[in-house]
Amino acid sequence: MTVPFSYIIRNFKSRKLTTGITVLGISMVVFVFTAVLMMSFGIKKTLKSTGSADNVKIARKSANGEISSIIEGDIVNFIKTLPQVAKDSKNQAILSAEPVVIINLDIKTGGLSNITVRGVSDSYGELRKQIKLIQGRPFTFGARELIVGEAIDRKFKGAQLGSKVKIAGDYWTVVGIFSTDGTGFDSEVWGDALQLLNAFNRGNAVSTVTFKLADISKYNELKQVFKSERRLLQFEPKIEQIYYEEQSEFMSSFIKILGTVITVIFSFGAMIGAMITMYASVANRVREIGTMRALGFLRRSILTAFMTESLIIAIAGWIFGTLLSLLLTSQKVSTLNFNSFSELEFGFSLSPDIIISSLVFAVVMGIVGGFLPAVRAARLNIVSALRAN
Amino acid sequence: MEKIIISIENVSKEYKRDSLSISVLNNITFDVQEGDFLALMGPSGSGKTTLLNLIAGIDQPTVGKIIINGNDIAKLSATSLAKWRSENVGFIFQFYNLIPVLTAFENVELPLLLTKLSKSERKKRVELALSIVGLGDRMDHYPKQLSGGQEQRVAIARAVVTDPAIIVADEPTGDLDKNSAAEVLTLLDRLNKEMKKTIIMVTHDPSAASKAHIIKHLEKGDLV
Repeated sequence: MTVPFSYIIRNFKSRKLTTGITVLGISMVVFVFTAVLMMSFGIKKTLKSTGSADNVKIARKSANGEISSIIEGDIVNFIKTLPQVAKDSKNQAILSAEPVVIINLDIKTGGLSNITVRGVSDSYGELRKQIKLIQGRPFTFGARELIVGEAIDRKFKGAQLGSKVKIAGDYWTVVGIFSTDGTGFDSEVWGDALQLLNAFNRGNAVSTVTFKLADISKYNELKQVFKSERRLLQFEPKIEQIYYEEQSEFMSSFIKILGTVITVIFSFGAMIGAMITMYASVANRVREIGTMRALGFLRRSILTAFMTESLIIAIAGWIFGTLLSLLLTSQKVSTLNFNSFSELEFGFSLSPDIIISSLVFAVVMGIVGGFLPAVRAARLNIVSALRAN
Repeated sequence: MEKIIISIENVSKEYKRDSLSISVLNNITFDVQEGDFLALMGPSGSGKTTLLNLIAGIDQPTVGKIIINGNDIAKLSATSLAKWRSENVGFIFQFYNLIPVLTAFENVELPLLLTKLSKSERKKRVELALSIVGLGDRMDHYPKQLSGGQEQRVAIARAVVTDPAIIVADEPTGDLDKNSAAEVLTLLDRLNKEMKKTIIMVTHDPSAASKAHIIKHLEKGDLV
């Protein structure tokens, strides 16, 4: 006993303007909601893709990020001897003991921001296969030379090929620009680890150690070594990908929670808009509702018809909002990562989960906005409704 | 011997407005035989539309019984009453009450959507109903593309398409010019004579009432 679908659809034609405005209102809220989730997911995706699944990163247990971690040289040497560390053709450990420091650079559009400078060992190419030099050449070990990530080249002054960057009182020459296809490394500057330790008078204490696992299935065995070996008790191994994913957690959650709260507040406006449209729709059709009820249509059929109408408005808003948010996928945003206290460039990323979440959000707006007007329509007294003008 | 199809027994109707109780019908009793054409007349506010609404099952009496084909419809739940209406009553309203966004065909099909008929069966019935009222060539027209008389004929097709036993008509000629009103009355007469429909019609118009077999007058809620 359902009211014909054509009746619901054709009624939109008679209220094009109000329906259009309501759809627009919902689509704007869906757009903001989707954009926030895309931003949060973009950070997560960027940092997750920074790490490799077969690399292990060692950091001090209590350290929140790489800059607050310290690993002494003798520990690094001990880690190199572990059987779980992969060896290259020359039987050298594929391992990079990395000092990580922060420097300031001028942003092209004005102001200063922090940049991560990573000192890397000579195995870095073997460890991070995603790195591609897009301009210049690799830095020379033993020289005060740098290669910079493409995001840094784009955003900062004085970080272009041939420029000189002041680090710890000395000038370092930018000899290459690299890309890692949008990972967090694109927002870093890399140089020789030993040169960097020397420049900062850090002796042989690096921030973190990253190495390739000889056999991924031996990761649990490695964890046991770190739990049982007295010299390693203060350190924790993590799969590099998981390490960076965890680094995104705070910022990603912060954006998600703040953004969701703001969008929920916006959504009240959209729901009130939908409610007003639906009340007007009921008010304009009182006699039609009375006629259908007289003919034998049940209250629940009327309720369903108006709820369907409200849901169609909401779903149309969701489609427009989602299409609009697709435009963001080509955009890059750069901001300070709270974990590393340095600049991180990331993109807006859409995922099936985000599409489903925004659909649920739009449907909830449609249900909340349409419910009271639909109940009013269903509860109209037949005799009074038939007398309406 | 003719069968009694509608039996109104001691029916009263009161409306409550704030603390005031307004009596609209007072202890009405009468029977209608199957196939009768009854006209209810009376001045405005006499209770004739209220009585029609009670017979049609869209309103409930305060006191009394309305027995139609042996069922006391005053005792039916809202859901049962809706189903009963869809099977037993055809409605004709003064202002036609067609759904503006539906074509003539779709308007007539509307009550059939409440039945279990297949799409092809519904199509046959709608085409037959529209041809009876002489609008077989206007099936795809929307109400705004039809004249008042044509709209009322579509409404009549909608009233008969489910083949109900009773047709209730509330001022069916009230909004029509003389010629259209005559066409509508002729149609109602045919429905009564050829299709044996029991018709209850509320009207102010004595010439419309003259088509009926029985005329009942109401005044201030009483049959006179």
